[in-house]
Amino acid sequence: MSSMKSLGRHEARTAYVFITPTMLLFTVFTVIPVVMALYLSFTDYDVLNRMNWVGFANYERLIHDDLLWRTFRNVLYYAVLFIPLNIAISLAIALLLNRAGLGVKLFRTAAYLPTLTSAVAAATVWLWLLHPEYGLVNALLGYLGITGPAWLAQTNTAMPSIVMVTLWQSVGANMVIYLAGLQGVPEYMYEAARLEGANRFQSFRYITWPQLKPTTFLVSTMSIIGALQLFDQAFVLTQGGPANATKTPVYLIYQQGFNQLQMGYASAQAFVLALSILIFSILNMRISKSDETFV
Amino acid sequence: MRAHDIGSSPFSRNVRAAVFYILAIAMSVFMFLPFFWSLMTSIKPDEEIFSLPIRWLPSHITFEHYQNAFRTVPFGLYFWNSFFLATMGVLTNLFFGSLSGYAFAKLRFRLNKPLFAILLAAMMIPGVVTLIPSFFVLKHLPLLGGNDILGRGGFGLINSFWGVILPGASGSFAVFFMRQFFLTLPSDLMEMARIEGAGEFRIFWRIYLPLTKPALATLGIFTFQAGWNAFLWPMIVLNDPAKHTIQMGLQAFSYNYQTDYGPMMAGALVAVLPILILFLFLQRYFTQGIAFSGIKG
Repeated sequence: MSSMKSLGRHEARTAYVFITPTMLLFTVFTVIPVVMALYLSFTDYDVLNRMNWVGFANYERLIHDDLLWRTFRNVLYYAVLFIPLNIAISLAIALLLNRAGLGVKLFRTAAYLPTLTSAVAAATVWLWLLHPEYGLVNALLGYLGITGPAWLAQTNTAMPSIVMVTLWQSVGANMVIYLAGLQGVPEYMYEAARLEGANRFQSFRYITWPQLKPTTFLVSTMSIIGALQLFDQAFVLTQGGPANATKTPVYLIYQQGFNQLQMGYASAQAFVLALSILIFSILNMRISKSDETFV
Repeated sequence: MRAHDIGSSPFSRNVRAAVFYILAIAMSVFMFLPFFWSLMTSIKPDEEIFSLPIRWLPSHITFEHYQNAFRTVPFGLYFWNSFFLATMGVLTNLFFGSLSGYAFAKLRFRLNKPLFAILLAAMMIPGVVTLIPSFFVLKHLPLLGGNDILGRGGFGLINSFWGVILPGASGSFAVFFMRQFFLTLPSDLMEMARIEGAGEFRIFWRIYLPLTKPALATLGIFTFQAGWNAFLWPMIVLNDPAKHTIQMGLQAFSYNYQTDYGPMMAGALVAVLPILILFLFLQRYFTQGIAFSGIKG
């Protein structure tokens, strides 16, 4: 009995030694910063001068900060464009490639390849593709007799351009998720539908689509979380312009905090953004937990 | 083929196959086009980059844009910096992640569940919250970078590679991922080794870790890709131009040389190449990682 006890103690001691590096790093770079994020948001910290406690002044200021709410509206617009297109395209590709056959692997790879690119490299390439005069996109539109816009320079097309780039980069990964979802739809359902005389569209409408609901929900919440954290593409493609049309919350926080050094105020902005992201993260967590077929 | 196709005539089956290949090829061409176009631009002579109507293929291949890109900015150095940071990210995450993942999966200790729950919950905290305070923490780490014991006076780990490596050295995701894998391994290996008198670290290192090779490969690739593609945090921490990463260099290049599309495309391709090569050789681990991260969000 006593040896069992000592083995238990020995095991526990080992465990604490093993997790020490992780917990130490976690404390220094996650726990302390999260607590501090809240604290800083009540100060006027600016790196250079002594910081003062300013109470709710930063939060009062951000309520009337039109630019901040503008950035939220921008990402909302982005999400409204991105989410349905993302679902439609990645599901369409998954449905197309959900089969065995010659070349299917190659096609899947082609769809997946863009997800490997960094946001900066992808944005750099699209900077050129979207060139109003010599860009490939407008050249292709030209073949169809359409005069393409100055994509990144016009307020009405700048955000759709960013959507185009992020779609190109993300439908491959979402296709993989949808393919996994499609594997989980039981075959007998399709057989039953076929016996009932359902056509392809009907079996999609009444079986595939409802069965994929958790997947679609997951893909959507992930898109919203991604949208709220959009930065790299906007930074490279448009620098937030024209006229702040593509400025995102993270972009604003970066500028406020690290260019203008108003870190106290930027912390308050970050906190508001974090809360809105957290809502969707919790939703996301709920759904992936309830859906056992994934794990 | 779907169940629908059973019993349909050979003719309609052929039509269906044709439609499938047309759609699949069209999709693939469309997804691949940006790669193709940037590659063509990077090896075209300048006057053919700016030609109307557009030229699909270069009249002759030139590598001057690559030389140009590497001469204008130290892309070689940036490449190496990124490689170093990404590799360090992989090594630290694989080691610390599997070490603590093993502890959470296989060892009994009182705080096992609560600590793991905290780590898991922290995965939901968006990076933007800790952006500013992490900078603050790095700057004021005691006794580093000219700081005194109270963390004042110097720059801490700002402008140091450690400022990028350490905050991500043991990501909660790595711990979670490795724990899930260790859970699938039997515990009696451990008991047998203990009876034979093996030390705890030895049991972990020699017996369990080698069994997790596929998980390590997936996690390693995942971490490398994240480290290689990282942009915002390195940009905040690394001010010294000699420490810039390839993503930062590429961004600065496309900002400062806005019409040099040839070198720009050359730079973008160089920035993407390592991940593409990795993918080519280790394809199956990539999609496993995606399916898993999809679950975790």
